[in-house]
Amino acid sequence: MSAYTLYKNARLLDPESGLDMIGQIMAHKGKIADLGKEITAPNNANIIDCHGKCLCPGLIDMRVFVGIPGADYKDTIENTGDAAAAGGVTTVCVQPVTDQIMDDMARVEFLENRAKKAKVNFIPFPAITKQLEGKEMAEIGLMSKAGVKAFTDGNKSIANPALMSRVLKYASMFDALIIQHLAVPELSENGVMNAGALATRLGLPGIPTAAETIMLERDIRLLKSVSTRYHAAQITCQDSIEVMKAAKKNKMNVTAGVAIAHFALNEYAIEEYRTFTKISPPLRSEEDRVAVVSALKDGTIDVIVSGHDPEDPESKRVPYELAEAGVVGLETMLPVALELYHNGFMSLLDLLAKLTSNPAKIIGLKAGQLKVGYPADFCIFDPDAPQRIDPETMVSLTKNTPFDGRPVQGRILKTIVAGEIIFEV
Amino acid sequence: MSEADNTADFIFPHQHLLGIEGLKEQDINHILDLADQYVEQNRRTNKKTDILTGLTQINLFFENSTRTRMSFELAGKRLGADVINMSSSGSSITKGETLLDTASTLNAMQPDLLVVRHGSSGAVMLLSRKVNCAVLNAGDGKHEHPTQALLDALTIRRRKGKIARLTIAICGDILHSRVARSNIHLLNIMGARVRVIGPATLVPENLKELGAEVFHDMKEGLKGCDVVMMLRLQTERMKGGYFPTISEYFTLYGLDYNKLSVAKPDAMIMHPGPMNRGVEIDAEVADDLTRSAIKEQVEMGVAVRMACLDILTRKKRGAGK
Repeated sequence: MSAYTLYKNARLLDPESGLDMIGQIMAHKGKIADLGKEITAPNNANIIDCHGKCLCPGLIDMRVFVGIPGADYKDTIENTGDAAAAGGVTTVCVQPVTDQIMDDMARVEFLENRAKKAKVNFIPFPAITKQLEGKEMAEIGLMSKAGVKAFTDGNKSIANPALMSRVLKYASMFDALIIQHLAVPELSENGVMNAGALATRLGLPGIPTAAETIMLERDIRLLKSVSTRYHAAQITCQDSIEVMKAAKKNKMNVTAGVAIAHFALNEYAIEEYRTFTKISPPLRSEEDRVAVVSALKDGTIDVIVSGHDPEDPESKRVPYELAEAGVVGLETMLPVALELYHNGFMSLLDLLAKLTSNPAKIIGLKAGQLKVGYPADFCIFDPDAPQRIDPETMVSLTKNTPFDGRPVQGRILKTIVAGEIIFEV
Repeated sequence: MSEADNTADFIFPHQHLLGIEGLKEQDINHILDLADQYVEQNRRTNKKTDILTGLTQINLFFENSTRTRMSFELAGKRLGADVINMSSSGSSITKGETLLDTASTLNAMQPDLLVVRHGSSGAVMLLSRKVNCAVLNAGDGKHEHPTQALLDALTIRRRKGKIARLTIAICGDILHSRVARSNIHLLNIMGARVRVIGPATLVPENLKELGAEVFHDMKEGLKGCDVVMMLRLQTERMKGGYFPTISEYFTLYGLDYNKLSVAKPDAMIMHPGPMNRGVEIDAEVADDLTRSAIKEQVEMGVAVRMACLDILTRKKRGAGK
């Protein structure tokens, strides 16, 4: 077995440099050794013919929940890794929301150790506050010094403005990225879906978009006096998009993400109380969904995430109000995101930037680009291959997808991490 | 063909009765026509027939109820069904797991009719997918309470002779009310003009999209109304701060003769019960026999439920065409 692997006849797609050409790329010792139209490879190199299919940097998913530690029945690290591989995702950013909250270095190391068994890269995003309680800061300094790049309270907001103000100041000393889930607790804790006519008709308590926008406006206000890097985990409505747009116009150091469900579905997916559509923030109105698509297009939203959150069937087979929020998404992220390309809203490179180079730059990872010296993490896919999303064929142990039966175009053919093929069809 | 024959041939096009939404005007008319016949039966000395003999009806109430459960029980027994009641005090069965487990257990006992009330919107629909028999929604969360809307419609039709083109005001706590939702759907289907009246905290603005005119001033909303439906203030579902005090609420939204004076002189008053006298309705108004149809509603309830049990079992019994 040669230490060199040459991927030839690939449509190389590198969003960062704008590269889009048929060429070759060579991996050596886990890194990209060379790339170009025609490159010289050692005689004994492994050669893999990509048959003209797309080869882009492996996808980086900034929002993934895992069962470990504590809830192995929902998911295991290995299984999350396998699901990621099947979805072309080579880097998974783990949220701290587990049975034992990841809020100190010991738990970060525990996750990193367990993740060695998985096929893809796991990046821990530990908690901002101890036990996600929103009361006291976790050891942001110690964890940053040990290499942690980003912090988040996962699916909880830092609601207390005094604490958030201190968090932002404190994190700025370590150049730590603070990722906020946007939901004013008092406006959202009793709600289970978007507030509006549909919620009224279904008799379900609603969560107004104001719950999200008020929190974002407050954070932007607090950020005016500090230089902390701030990332809004998910923005899902027109009002939040306007706030984010204004902040970016004022050259503030802010970025935003959105989950696939929020640009591919609207609240009407809930019809007949389908609990697999219950997520946080909730699916919004069609107007808001359209606004999210525009914000992806104009760059107001930087990152697309899966929001992968496995929930066991028992917590979904209940009345809507009592069901757990959360959907799986690692395996459907690229095929669903490609709808934006197929529908003519975005170029392939602009779309891939939101899944590769943008998240890498925001987190501060040397990844997400086809560049010599960068990790040889690739996703090889056919953007046109049609398929119907079928939970039964998913690798993920839990199958709670809201996209069941959806016809999509795009199929992952191979996933490569550090030069090794970890998934192929 | 006489009207009675017509009713006897009617086949309800749904397996379950989960809500008013999705029903057609003709379905509702048939149910009301049939219920009219059961009103007559219920006024006889011998109130019993045997059309449901051999069939089992289980009343499964996850939420406390006396009047609705009794009404369904009487309805089933008067048609000759074997009726079993199963209630659960709120705390023991609140998780949906248990709901579906209960459903599959009951299903194994081969019931023909399941009458279900549950505190969560959509719970009855969820349960209906797991059983083989007909399911009748006796109220799910804040979603629907179809038999209440049907009995209200029967009460109105018998007093006013029609439903279409009447102006009907639904007043009070709309936000938490499944009765209001079912009534808004039904009255729209039947061609009535629907108004909702209440404080902005209890009347969602988006009810316009469901086909109701929204009023926050009681007198303005009651002007020219043919029917005034009052709703119970569901304080048990309110976690603080929907209005300042009961006395302010009664002053602004409690139905009394003064506010009623702007409605049509023969406007009828309805309430699904149980009433909070002095909160949403003045005691004198509630007891005014010429105006109040509240007792009639209870009577119509049994007849309407008999009609529903009848039509939902017709295929099974080989009745109708």
